[in-house]
Amino acid sequence: MSAGSVRNKAAARSGTTEAPWVRRLLIALALAFMVLFLLLPLAAVFAEALRKGFGAYLDGLREPEAWSAIRLTLLTAAIAVPLNLVFGVAAAWCIAKYEFKGKAFLTTLVDLPFSVSPVVAGLTYVLIFGANGWIGPWLMAHDIKIIFAVPGIVLATVFVTVPFIARELIPLMQAQGNDEEQAAIVLGASGWQTFWHVTLPNIKWGLVYGVILCNARAMGEFGAVSVVSGHIRGQTNTMPLHVEILYNEYQSVAAFAVASLLALLALVTLVIKSVAEWRQEQQLRLAADLPPERPHASAAGTPT
Amino acid sequence: MAAAIAAPAPAGRPAKRASRRVLPGFGLTLGYTLFYLSVIVLIPLSALVFTSFSLSWEQFWSAVASPRVLASYRLTFGASFLAALVNLVFGLLIAWVLVRYRFPGKRIVDALVDLPFALPTAVAGIALTSLLADNGWVGSLLAPLGIHLAFKPAGIVVALIFISLPFVVRTVQPVLEDTERELEEAATSLGATRWQVFTKVLLPSIAPALLTGFAMAFARAVGEYGSVIFIAGNMPMVSEITPLIIIGKLEQYDTAGATAVAVVMLVMSFALLLLINALQAWQRRRAGAQT
Repeated sequence: MSAGSVRNKAAARSGTTEAPWVRRLLIALALAFMVLFLLLPLAAVFAEALRKGFGAYLDGLREPEAWSAIRLTLLTAAIAVPLNLVFGVAAAWCIAKYEFKGKAFLTTLVDLPFSVSPVVAGLTYVLIFGANGWIGPWLMAHDIKIIFAVPGIVLATVFVTVPFIARELIPLMQAQGNDEEQAAIVLGASGWQTFWHVTLPNIKWGLVYGVILCNARAMGEFGAVSVVSGHIRGQTNTMPLHVEILYNEYQSVAAFAVASLLALLALVTLVIKSVAEWRQEQQLRLAADLPPERPHASAAGTPT
Repeated sequence: MAAAIAAPAPAGRPAKRASRRVLPGFGLTLGYTLFYLSVIVLIPLSALVFTSFSLSWEQFWSAVASPRVLASYRLTFGASFLAALVNLVFGLLIAWVLVRYRFPGKRIVDALVDLPFALPTAVAGIALTSLLADNGWVGSLLAPLGIHLAFKPAGIVVALIFISLPFVVRTVQPVLEDTERELEEAATSLGATRWQVFTKVLLPSIAPALLTGFAMAFARAVGEYGSVIFIAGNMPMVSEITPLIIIGKLEQYDTAGATAVAVVMLVMSFALLLLINALQAWQRRRAGAQT
């Protein structure tokens, strides 16, 4: 903060900032845009959910179908997030720590699910596992259900959340370089020991950040899941799909009640993300501030 | 913790080249990455492409070029372009205000920018619809003026602005933080006005990041489904987006038609991904040239 104010004062003196009225106008415009497009929709969710009082709100949440939707959403995230966590760490390790041919192409492939429409993603699984799909008839003969069942929902969710953790870790691990890992290996640590004791402490806040965003998307995914779910009430409805059904049946309060849980999840996500981001910056700054020729200074500056 | 501090990594590049085979795990992690991507992403996407090959040309063409589908492309790409354009301007403004100015609640505002990433799209969809409906908080103010946004193509643009808002902010913000004040000071001392400094010095240096954010916002908006279907009204030829066409065809058991339209969307996604990669490479070159 103090560094910022010093810089601002210096900037004002040297003429690299705007007149106060321009500054205030720009801040006001930016805030007005954010209130209109971000804060109002968020407030509307809670206002609509509580429109008929707290009792009606709780009634909306007490429905058995709402409960089964919550359970399915939790189950889906509990499978999809760990899968993408392991993938994210593996992908970040091989992309950030080594140079090899085709690395740029591999990085693009990791990003691919971000730019594919979720609806298209869902459709691809229908084409493979659906009744007329590649292995649909075989699955049917063996009485295995994937499309219009829970496995399809999990698969579609995994597809759309593939890049989240890898995307956070790759730039972080690239910025940190390989020196510490090399030192550990040279001192006789095994690969796993190096990862657990050297790499993981360095990337933990980035990891938290990736996991929490991945989780938010996994719980909130709509398009991809909508294609493969079949919308069977009480069985294959996730929370977002349940919100859609209630809303289309004009059960507005119940729809917004379930939606308010997802909005709370989003708020918690933002808080954890801000904390993780802040801690990560702190960690990086402390590491960067140390003069390399005085490594013993670390004893005094260890953050806890 | 101590290890994190003991050996800071000032310049990773020369070390990286020397270390190519010192660190273990290359084969394992690369193998697992390729295996996982193949199972989850590549095989399903190739299933889409191969299924489309089994269609005859007439079948394919009648599915992807019928008037109703053509209207949906125009709407999807047009609305996405408008939304990305609005976010280009306001994203830059928000990033600018967050990097350059101090004001109360700045940390909260900064965190709130990511709300569209964290809020499920279906929730955003119903919330925006209830706001913009004629009896909603915003809609009731606009209705007397004869402006109706909900259940109209304009409502689609509003939803797409919401979901693609963070992209420009988050790509421009770090670049703006790294710009060198010395350049601005030099320009000012040479007699440039503040506006000239902005357009001639700052804008060129953040242009690659701006365009990257714009392309990302556009790509995200093109594929968006959840938030749009609630607010769009979904009238064929008027307010029906392309992802909804795919769902509609699937629900009528027209898998072939859905596949054909999906392939068109997939090709567009690939093109946008390549464009974004090229823009990012440009940005890295620009950043490298500056230091």
